[in-house]
Amino acid sequence: MKERLEELKLEALAKIESSQDLKQLNEVRVAYLGKKGPITEVLRGMGKLAPEERPVIGALANDVRAAIQEQIEAKQKVLEEQVIAEKLQKESIDITLPGRPVVQGNHHPLTKVIEEAENLFIGLGYTIAEGPEVETDYYNFEALNLPKDHPARDMQDSFYISEELLLRTHTSPMQARTMEKHEGKGPVKIIVPGKVYRRDDDDATHSHQFMQIEGLVVDEGIRMSDLKGTLALFAKKMFGEDRDIRYRPSFFPFTEPSVEIDISCKICNGDGCNVCKGTGWIEILGGGMVHPNVLRMSGFDPEKYTGFAFGIGVERIAMLRYGIDDIRHFYTNDVRFLKQFAPYES
Amino acid sequence: MLVSYKWLQDYVDVSDISPEELAEKITRSGIEVEEVEKKGEKLKKIVVGHVLSCEEHPNSDHLKICQVDVGEEEPIQIICGAPNVAAGQKVIVALVGARIGGNIKIKRGKIRGEVSNGMICSLQELGFDGKVVPKEYADGIFVLPEDTQVGTDVFSLLNLDDAVLELSITANRADCMSMIGVAYETAAIFGKEVKLPAANVPVSEEKVSDYISVRSESDDCPIYTAKVIKNVKIGPSPLWLQNKLMAAGIRPHNNVVDITNYVLLEYGQPLHAFDYDRFGSKEVLVRKAYEGEKMVTLDGTERTLRQEDLVITNGKEPVALAGVMGGLDSEVRDDTTTVLLESAYFNGTSIRRTSRYHGLRSEASSRYERGIDPTRVRLAAERAAALIAELAGGEVLEGTVAHDELVVEPVTVKVELNKINNFLGTSLSLQEVEDIVKKLQFTYTLDNETFVIEIPSRRWDITIQEDMYEEIARLYGYDNIPTTLPEGQQTLGHLTPYQQKRRVVREVLEGAGLLQATTYSLTSKEKFGQFALQPAEPVELAMPMSEEHAILRDTVIPHLLDSIAYNRARKNADVGLFEIGKVYYGKGANVQPEEVEHLAGALTGLYVNHPWQGEKVTVDFYTVKGILETLFARLQLAQGIRYEKAEIDGMHPGQTAKVLLNDEVVGFLGKVHPTREKEYDVKNVFVFELDLGKLLNIESKSLTYTKIPKFPGITRDVAIVVDQGKSAGELKDIIVSAGGQLLKDVNVFDVYIGEKVEENKKSVAFTLRYSDTERTLTDDEVNQVHEKVVEALQNAGAELRM
Repeated sequence: MKERLEELKLEALAKIESSQDLKQLNEVRVAYLGKKGPITEVLRGMGKLAPEERPVIGALANDVRAAIQEQIEAKQKVLEEQVIAEKLQKESIDITLPGRPVVQGNHHPLTKVIEEAENLFIGLGYTIAEGPEVETDYYNFEALNLPKDHPARDMQDSFYISEELLLRTHTSPMQARTMEKHEGKGPVKIIVPGKVYRRDDDDATHSHQFMQIEGLVVDEGIRMSDLKGTLALFAKKMFGEDRDIRYRPSFFPFTEPSVEIDISCKICNGDGCNVCKGTGWIEILGGGMVHPNVLRMSGFDPEKYTGFAFGIGVERIAMLRYGIDDIRHFYTNDVRFLKQFAPYES
Repeated sequence: MLVSYKWLQDYVDVSDISPEELAEKITRSGIEVEEVEKKGEKLKKIVVGHVLSCEEHPNSDHLKICQVDVGEEEPIQIICGAPNVAAGQKVIVALVGARIGGNIKIKRGKIRGEVSNGMICSLQELGFDGKVVPKEYADGIFVLPEDTQVGTDVFSLLNLDDAVLELSITANRADCMSMIGVAYETAAIFGKEVKLPAANVPVSEEKVSDYISVRSESDDCPIYTAKVIKNVKIGPSPLWLQNKLMAAGIRPHNNVVDITNYVLLEYGQPLHAFDYDRFGSKEVLVRKAYEGEKMVTLDGTERTLRQEDLVITNGKEPVALAGVMGGLDSEVRDDTTTVLLESAYFNGTSIRRTSRYHGLRSEASSRYERGIDPTRVRLAAERAAALIAELAGGEVLEGTVAHDELVVEPVTVKVELNKINNFLGTSLSLQEVEDIVKKLQFTYTLDNETFVIEIPSRRWDITIQEDMYEEIARLYGYDNIPTTLPEGQQTLGHLTPYQQKRRVVREVLEGAGLLQATTYSLTSKEKFGQFALQPAEPVELAMPMSEEHAILRDTVIPHLLDSIAYNRARKNADVGLFEIGKVYYGKGANVQPEEVEHLAGALTGLYVNHPWQGEKVTVDFYTVKGILETLFARLQLAQGIRYEKAEIDGMHPGQTAKVLLNDEVVGFLGKVHPTREKEYDVKNVFVFELDLGKLLNIESKSLTYTKIPKFPGITRDVAIVVDQGKSAGELKDIIVSAGGQLLKDVNVFDVYIGEKVEENKKSVAFTLRYSDTERTLTDDEVNQVHEKVVEALQNAGAELRM
């Protein structure tokens, strides 16, 4: 009997080893470990054995049984892994094919610049004011120290609707409107992004409609150095810390003193090129200390309050920043143009 | 203003400063120098030649063969095509190896078989603008004075070694529209002295008052002075004078006219020379023109004058458009012998209006418009008279006749040191400020730390303390002012709720794949009113530049369709755009229109395109509706939104819906009408336009968490057959009202029209979800409710579909 068990064990192990798949392995399990299997049969015949032999053979039979069981389990694991591997092999795909597109739109480049400016100035304690695009002659000109027949009105040839109404030529009318609302009490701290209009034929560098961001701060003790600091912050934010900034005296009827700001040309690094007309500098914005007449007309006492104002051409900033060569791109909405402004940039 | 570097030395010695450094310093202290032009830098080997002979070219009907002495041993042969070349002339010769304007190199060559060893040049060929070249040489070579030394280099002769600074003069700095003004500015920057020109007029025995009288009837001419110069010989000006004028951008004419222009450039004082004998009387009368009065100006144009035009007359008829342009009849000509010289002060506004109305801008009008220094009226006249005597051989009659009623109030400005520093954010010392005032050559008194400054009449732009702050700041250097940020009371920067939500709108639409567009606010009359929900009063420009941009838009969609068409023409087939922008509703003349911010969108082509997996979704009504539903949900508006089928101008009548918010129409969406699509050259475009204010001005609620239901709900489907006209919305309303508390959600999952249902009928299937947050529902409970729902549908004419 002992021999028979040993024999069975060897036989079973060989069959386990040669099993090709789970089905064959299961047949082996049924054949050797099932209720009608040979080991069970051996155990049934134990009655014929001497009593002292019974535990020995019993133990041996259990060992054989356990060994076969163990081997089957091991083999089963191998075969199962094989099945999974085959399945995975079949499921393999071409990972170089393009993914399912998730279509996203994005901001217009002008909005991108405006939002960036808004976020910067909000951080500095400003609010965002918005105002009418069809303005009265008073707010567009007179309240800004530009009486009728002032030669500087020529600088901004305008679209009139009637004697008294015109499309605003700049966002500056909101200076007077905001100051009036404050009824002579500071601080006033606003920026005004918006559309403005001038009589220009549309070409690569001119547009009859464009966008500006006005800034106005009025409070006690506002200094020209504050204007410089604020504009430097803006210029560096828009064009990078490595740009040099040049402050040039200029003239606007509603500021005194007035200033224009140039940044060193990004294309030639200040050596002079076509973009900067050989000067190494590019003009990006203008501003100045609010003219006492403007303060007075809008209800602020210039002896007590001082302020600064500035104006930024949004298209100009975007064109310089992104190297855009034609201002009309902003208004034709070619999707190949618009989509270029999707990526995040720091 | 074009400023010759060489000429500037006559008034201020800046020979130790290079033109480039001068330009940079002037720019940084207030007047932008746009360009520094050095003509000579690009030229070489150009000398004076003497044309010894000039023969016809045998093989040409216009070329000449010239033998030219250029100071070498042998004359050289040059073929020349200029019509005015002639033997005996002194000319400009570019030798072999020379470089002339436009970077052209001169080579030895043969022209139609004849050797040519150089080129006889026109001024244009040296880089001069044709507009400044004297008329007689405009179409040919330039002829130099007879006494010019042969073989010498032309550079110093024609001032080609000069540098010309182009100054961009702002409206406030008209004082720098003269060489003397620029000299004062330069002197202030570098701390130099100004040298003023002298005017020594030899005394004549005759009195000018015997020749002419002057009178002004208009306040727009407070000063008018006249001088008379006799025995003048008209001829070309000396080359040095012509060079200076050409450098300043003015074409030389003859000695007298050139002198008036020269002094205009020098002092900024416009002058005019009349031919005394052709003046027509012995009386100058300045008055306003008569309505419809006519005169011919120097440019040969007949002008019809208006009552507001100021004119110089001879007592009878106009002889000059004051401050703008002289008259043709009394112009100085080659045979003029007696000159009447005008120097006057005219009101800038009057000149500006006349100049604009007649479309005439001159060196004179551009100066009067911006203002001139009244104290130079007489000085300039004396200077010009002296030069006419010197260069045109004239005899200046004694005295000046004048009408002078201008009262010039002296201007003083008081500035205090601490106020200067508080204003600029600087810490200037008293000495530093005093040095700046000295450099400006302003007289002042100093009391403690207060300056009382007398502003000279040449700086009429300075009237208040802030003007002086600017002078101090710019001469101290803007770059030297510290960089600070405002101190004082803190303010909280923020966006208004409207502005915040507008950003959310952009976020949602961009998340849905739409690109933000920007279009023009001005549109055509034709497009006005298209796609409008209600008629608006137009807001029209008084003088539009084009029909395309003549009127303010009342809807945004037309320009978005233009953008779709623009893309379509460039083969961009799949386009989704949105725009946030204002539309304008008129409120009557001289009343500001109502400006309403709209949100509009236009989509066409594929919304989803994943070609290799065959997934393509074409934009349709429901794409747009889905985007809007997402937007409304995000804005907490979904509850109040309703859609109603609508007929709107330019829209497909079967695929358009009005959007209502709390029963108020806020906009619409749908497909563009095929006829309108044809007009715009687009196809299958779906659009929407909403009044953004009506969406965003509703106060948003703060969010409160709703418990996640613990008990699973039960879903039931119901499929029904109804008339095709019955909308899913109506059916849903029936279900919702019958479903009661337990019904939590209703969704359409199938719509079928076809063979399996009767004609004019459709099958619609809904999934209903029932649940209770507090307990698990039993089948019986749900069945009871669901039966009610089914019954309600049947009552509404629906058949249950099995």
